Amino acid sequence: MIITQQKDIEEIYDMIKSYSKILIVGCDGCCQPPRSINEAKVLAQMLELKARSEGKELKWKAITVLRQCDDRIAATTVRPFIEHYDAIVSLSCGLGVVMMNKVFENILTYPAQNSLFGGAENNAENYFAEYCETCGECLLGVTGGVCPMAGCAKNLSNGPCGGTVGGKCEVGGYTHDCAWVKIWDRLRKFNRLDLFNKYRPPRNYRKWSSPRFAEINKTYTNEEETMEEEK
Amino acid sequence: MTKRPAYSNLVKTMREGKFLFTGELEPRKMTDLSSILHSAEKMKKTGKITAANVTDGPQGDAYTCSMVPSYLVQEKVGLEAIWQMTVRDRNRIALFGDILGGAILGLKNLLALTGDHSALGDNKNARPVYDLDSTQLIDLVSKMVDDGTDLEGNEIEGDKIEINVGCAANPNSNPRGPEILKVGRKVRLGADFIQTQTAFDIDDAKDFLKELEQFNVPVLLGLFPLKNYGIASYFDEYIPGVSVPKDLLSALKKAKKEYKEDKKKRNEVIDKINIEFFEPFIMEIKKTTKAAGIHCMAVHYERLFEPLLKNF
Ligand code: SF4
Ligand code: SF4
Repeated sequence: MIITQQKDIEEIYDMIKSYSKILIVGCDGCCQPPRSINEAKVLAQMLELKARSEGKELKWKAITVLRQCDDRIAATTVRPFIEHYDAIVSLSCGLGVVMMNKVFENILTYPAQNSLFGGAENNAENYFAEYCETCGECLLGVTGGVCPMAGCAKNLSNGPCGGTVGGKCEVGGYTHDCAWVKIWDRLRKFNRLDLFNKYRPPRNYRKWSSPRFAEINKTYTNEEETMEEEK
Repeated sequence: MTKRPAYSNLVKTMREGKFLFTGELEPRKMTDLSSILHSAEKMKKTGKITAANVTDGPQGDAYTCSMVPSYLVQEKVGLEAIWQMTVRDRNRIALFGDILGGAILGLKNLLALTGDHSALGDNKNARPVYDLDSTQLIDLVSKMVDDGTDLEGNEIEGDKIEINVGCAANPNSNPRGPEILKVGRKVRLGADFIQTQTAFDIDDAKDFLKELEQFNVPVLLGLFPLKNYGIASYFDEYIPGVSVPKDLLSALKKAKKEYKEDKKKRNEVIDKINIEFFEPFIMEIKKTTKAAGIHCMAVHYERLFEPLLKNF
């Protein structure tokens, strides 16, 4: 899921202060912590208060969408509302905000969140962690299932660096685990230090360079093959 | 892999089996390099220092580059440079270009390092690069020197590049397992020599040197003479994994207190403390290990070289 953090109310207000009617749109998708209808309402009220303190009146409506990052869902859910509003404030991650701007070309959608990372949920320890940076060339098969891109502050392919002490990383004041010591530990446990020892050559960073796209396949069929066979 | 020729005087001397010393120079945020050249001159004058490392933005700080001071130290002082290069700030294109530039300037030793993360330095919000890691940098240098190409196999025109490349190793590494495997990988990729981080514990240092013997590459053990109590306690407290022996710390503290006003006397006492600690240390390493020598990181403390090394 995408981990987000709400921007300061000042920053959000600054973006929308020239408008008098705004549509505030939550997202029921994977955003964490949740940014749904209730969060949208609270944000709307805060903006209203802020406007009032500056002697202005702000009209708003809060709604939510199943997933703002899906063009069909965003379009069908939000379209009935937009014509009454000057601008949209979105509580979704960057994916949703960009998609809303793309789907609704004639109105600006502003972000209420900073999108932080794609996070895995560690409920036992109460935190989200970035376990994958979507590098496009997955190394987990040779690293014992520990990601050296997301887990290592220097994205090293042949770690660890000299900055590890007692299995902790120099970045973050020796509080986070060093991914490469973890990798070594895991591989040792499974008697696969041969994998550790292997040299991993420079990476292909084109696979990790923006912008990135992937095709959506809409249909599959075996008809053609069957017809060929029949012929 | 077959041994690369010794292009530098450093590697030549190592291969001759002569116990040698290297020093360290640290360009900071400066446009005037006279203090660096002055330090290099003092090292050269001792007649005991084979080459000096020139650091590349240590602790992640934004400092004067390492290439130009390396060149000037060779050109103006006649002391061979060990040009430190980190992969923190430059991608493979910039690293390649710099190595070509350094080769044109006659630099002969390159120490390939990862580099302290920029988040530790004085421009914390910088985007760290790490396009290559230090192992891959050694691969790049090997391709340039041995094959005359870049990483993609594109040929370099002109004279052959004559550079020897070294790697770092950490005697304080904990756990040590991955460190040893990593050093081995670097040697397989073409590292000609190893310089270690600072050691204070003689037994640890000897153990570590013993483990490195399997790679059959000259090793310089890193030592860090302590110019004053402040540096020593900083080292002890803030450089994780490194602890300065208690006796050494308290002796330096005592010197600081007793000779607060008398700088000359204080320096004399501090030099004596360092000599009493490091001279037997070096002697022991020289006699009982296969180390090729000592990398003496006495930055801004060159006056110690003469008395410390007089018996070597
Ligand atoms: S190596 Fe890490 S960043 Fe790359 S795809 Fe695998 S988990 Fe993701
Ligand atoms: S200490 Fe470990 S995790 Fe941190 S940068 Fe170095 S190799 Fe990566």
